[in-house]
Amino acid sequence: MDFELTEEQREFRHLVHEFVAKEVKPLARHTDETGEFNWQAVKKMGPIGLLGLEVPEKYGGAGVDAVSAAIAAEELGWGCGSTALAIGAHNTLGLGPIVRYGSEQLKQQWLPRLATGEGKLAALALTEPGAGSDLQGGVRTTAVKEGDSWIIDGSKMWTTNASIADVIIVLCRTDPAGGSHSLSQILVPTDTPGITIGPPEKKMGLKGSPTHAVTFEEVRVPLENLVGEEGRGLHQTLATLDSGRIGIGALAVGLAQAAYERAVAYAKERHTFGKPIAQHQAIQWMLADAATEIQAARLMVYWAAWLKQQGKPYTKAASMAKLFATEVSERVCRNAIQIHGGYGYSAEYEVERMYRDTRLMTIGEGTSEIQRLVIARHILNEW
Amino acid sequence: MKVVVCTKQTPSTTAVFTVDANGHVSWDDPGGKPNIVNPWDEYAIEEAIRLKENHGATDAIALTVGSEESKDALKTCLAMGCTEAILVSDSAFDGSDTVGTARVLAAAINKIGDVQIAVFGNRAIDGDTGLTPVQVARKLGWTPLTYVSAIKEISNGQITVERLLDDGKETVTAPLPVVISVVKEINEPRYPSFMGIRKANRATIPVWTAADLEVDGATGAEAAKVNWGHVYAPPPREGSVEIIEGETIEEKVRKLVDKLFEEKVI
Ligand SMILES: Cc1cc2nc3c(=O)[nH]c(=O)nc-3n(C[C@H](O)[C@H](O)[C@H](O)COP(=O)(O)OP(=O)(O)OC[C@H]3O[C@@H](n4cnc5c(N)ncnc54)[C@H](O)[C@@H]3O)c2cc1C
Ligand SMILES: Cc1cc2nc3c(=O)[nH]c(=O)nc-3n(C[C@H](O)[C@H](O)[C@H](O)COP(=O)(O)OP(=O)(O)OC[C@H]3O[C@@H](n4cnc5c(N)ncnc54)[C@H](O)[C@@H]3O)c2cc1C
Repeated sequence: MDFELTEEQREFRHLVHEFVAKEVKPLARHTDETGEFNWQAVKKMGPIGLLGLEVPEKYGGAGVDAVSAAIAAEELGWGCGSTALAIGAHNTLGLGPIVRYGSEQLKQQWLPRLATGEGKLAALALTEPGAGSDLQGGVRTTAVKEGDSWIIDGSKMWTTNASIADVIIVLCRTDPAGGSHSLSQILVPTDTPGITIGPPEKKMGLKGSPTHAVTFEEVRVPLENLVGEEGRGLHQTLATLDSGRIGIGALAVGLAQAAYERAVAYAKERHTFGKPIAQHQAIQWMLADAATEIQAARLMVYWAAWLKQQGKPYTKAASMAKLFATEVSERVCRNAIQIHGGYGYSAEYEVERMYRDTRLMTIGEGTSEIQRLVIARHILNEW
Repeated sequence: MKVVVCTKQTPSTTAVFTVDANGHVSWDDPGGKPNIVNPWDEYAIEEAIRLKENHGATDAIALTVGSEESKDALKTCLAMGCTEAILVSDSAFDGSDTVGTARVLAAAINKIGDVQIAVFGNRAIDGDTGLTPVQVARKLGWTPLTYVSAIKEISNGQITVERLLDDGKETVTAPLPVVISVVKEINEPRYPSFMGIRKANRATIPVWTAADLEVDGATGAEAAKVNWGHVYAPPPREGSVEIIEGETIEEKVRKLVDKLFEEKVI
């Protein structure tokens, strides 16, 4: 048993922390208020390796281990929820399937520009107006073979990064008969004729991470754009989400950490009844709970990432980590507002933004209910 | 053409300088931040790497005279993109003044050989003399170019640089080899990369001792002409806070501007 990060992991953390403290965190409020994506920082992420975390070095990526990738997501979350979500979706959802399942040709064609920041980002479109938690039963977007092309028709909802991406991996029904082998992932460049990307959705938080409805009308891409195997789309998607869940859990830990730091600082500064509010036991308990829960959440996230790195099954661990970390984060951000009193409700102190941002984390990439369902299925099988 | 960048490890920018009752000096970071590459040197390291990327230098070698711990700073240089790093470390050099340090650096640069440009930061945030680059140039017999804000051209054995001075800019040309010290206007230093960190962790950093070098002149505490007999932290400055009151922002600003005039701040 060893709870120490390796020297390399510590150095990665230090690097990302310094980068985020300088380039991302100071702009978080502006990013939220204007909804402008922080391209300035993101362009600098390419050379560092943050845009190709799990992309092998030979394709221009950083090829880091899963724990380091989680640390990067955590640090980004600490700096800015919006930017962290966009970069998380890019790495795990957009690039993940290409890295894990893409043909050599797709890898060579897309990874170098996407991983280095030379191009824009990547996205994954699963959710549809009638399909979220239930993809197998709900996906209506179809891809039909015609000559040497796939013809894609349908509409997707809630695609993170669609307007700032070069490619979208689209989950399509390739077998009208249905069933678990009826879906496939297809890579679609965003400049392909027939794609319409809707305006950014108006959201509660994460306003600097654009989310879009995307429609496909007779969108034609080469057959070679199939990512992985035909009919394995659902399987590939669930595996991609396993990995994404570690990222969302890590992001939530980062947001919680940021809110907690604010809360501690404020509790020491603000005086009521002749002493700093940090000296009131009710406030201390909230801080102590926050510190404890953040630590527990962080350990669960690293544990899931470690299992992944070891090549061991980690679906259950990823669901547990995501479920726990995102719910902890919501509680911590909620209490950070409480500790700030009225000021916590004001945009000035930024904890309200963290609360709004972290609210998504119990919904995206599988709701808390779906995580419980996944965990329950595992434990019922185990016993 | 080899390029050497001289860099030293310094306390973090948030470290607090303290002197205890026995005159013992320490720079501890309240947040536990580790020592870092002297922040001014980041511009020098970036420029050395660019000399390789854009001006055909074959090597960009980072060089430090310091303790074993300074290897961390050298690793940062490698992680940013330096091709090689060398540590010079020997108890014989402890307590050197800037002349002593310059003698050692010059000897190391001679040992590396075929160096055409030695790049330095403008100054170190701790020692803060700004003397080392010029003294190294003197020792090597090379031309020192200080306050360099741009490298314009390198050709026919000559280098043309822009120098940023208080009153303006100056473009000068000098024959190679040269020692240059750079100001922060010269570039925007890159961040290290994950790939670089990995490379740096795998690299072995050679350590040269006094026995490996032909140092010309004396080094170490005995030889130091500058005596650090009395080191102390200046007493904290007395200050007071005044909150400017007023009905409107405009009124407050007017009052503030008046005060700043009165105090001759503006
Ligand atoms: C900001 C944002 C970004 C997003 N980014 C992306 C993206 O990049 N790509 C993408 O494809 N999607 C994305 N999504 C969509 C997201 O993944 C879905 O919203 C999510 O999976 C839930 O699906 P749904 O909204 O259709 O809810 P539904 O599936 O309709 O669920 C509604 C409610 O029913 C519950 N529920 C559903 N089934 C069960 C069950 N079996 N047992 C118990 N409870 C159940 C859910 O937990 C939830 O509470 C994003 C969403 C948001 C808000
Ligand atoms: C234990 C100890 C004892 C000391 N005792 C004395 C003393 O008795 N008398 C005295 O005068 N000084 C003493 N010094 C200070 C020492 O002389 C200076 O730290 C050193 O010579 C550099 O001067 P500076 O810090 O002013 O750097 P500057 O001249 O301001 O730095 C300019 C540039 O030179 C580079 N540079 C400076 N030093 C090195 C180095 N070692 N390796 C590579 N690059 C370098 C800097 O990184 C920077 O780029 C002592 C230092 C130590 C650590």
